[in-house]
Amino acid sequence: MRTAVVTFPGSNCDYDVYQAIKGVGGDPEFTWHRDAMLDTVDAVVLPGGFSYGDYLRAGAIARMSPVMEQVVTFAAAGGPVLGICNGFQILCEAGLLPGALTRNDTLKFESKDVWIRVESADTMFSSDYVEGQALRMPIAHAEGNYYADQETLDSLESGGQVVFRYCDPNGNDDEGWNPNGSARSIAGIRNEAGNVLGMMPHPERAVEDVLGSVDGLGVFTSLVRQLSTAAA
Amino acid sequence: MTQHHLEIRIIPRPGLLDPEGKAIHHALDSLGYESVRNVRVGKAIYVDLEAPTSEEAIAEAEAMCRGLLANPVTEDFEIGVASPEAEPGEAS
Repeated sequence: MRTAVVTFPGSNCDYDVYQAIKGVGGDPEFTWHRDAMLDTVDAVVLPGGFSYGDYLRAGAIARMSPVMEQVVTFAAAGGPVLGICNGFQILCEAGLLPGALTRNDTLKFESKDVWIRVESADTMFSSDYVEGQALRMPIAHAEGNYYADQETLDSLESGGQVVFRYCDPNGNDDEGWNPNGSARSIAGIRNEAGNVLGMMPHPERAVEDVLGSVDGLGVFTSLVRQLSTAAA
Repeated sequence: MTQHHLEIRIIPRPGLLDPEGKAIHHALDSLGYESVRNVRVGKAIYVDLEAPTSEEAIAEAEAMCRGLLANPVTEDFEIGVASPEAEPGEAS
């Protein structure tokens, strides 16, 4: 049940992700993006941060890193890949997920707690949640405004690929609680096959009471449970 | 081989929300430039590269845009040739 936490120059949530996975009984390991050997791991996480200083576009340079070729191969073989925040941006830049993360419509770096609703519990990263459940966790980004053309958005919706959506604290749709202008309040999506998930909020920063919320735990317990079931 | 100076302009797709352009538009408004109808912000990347002809230089830059410099989901690009530099020793 080894999970690679890929570190790029500028990643800053790698230790939080490591800790979150460890805390739920997983077996995380740090993997420097240049030395990555993903053929021996069972899951890959691309953590948040500011890889390469967000130069050119957030995630655009990291996508060219040697590890990403392996991530593409790993994902194509059905391996679970989770991208959080900058990791989500990298997955979009790499074409593993559709669409793009553009500048927040508020023009600000948004750092605060938000509410997201579980739209699909049918992924390796959300199976421990109940659909419709509202989760509280932080965001911290300047480019989290999810954009895709209408056709892509429709196909994401009809394919059940929208996994998390911004909502009010009661789990209801409310554009006023969309923190960044994301199309259809999208906070997280999966690929068609279901093994790649990208999300802007930080579940790894909501895994202990002292952090103000434990609602992010489900992402990591889901993953660890799925991997142990697969191994059994 | 000639060195070519290219200016690559990366422009957000029309219709795509451009909050930075919007903010600048508002600022121009408050400066009294009420005739402004639209502002969009892109970026320019200056690339010097060696290629036999400017056509080949442009073709290579187009490939760079598709591969890295522009995001096909949100951005268009235009490539302009600034000026081909004379070979060393050549009369300019």
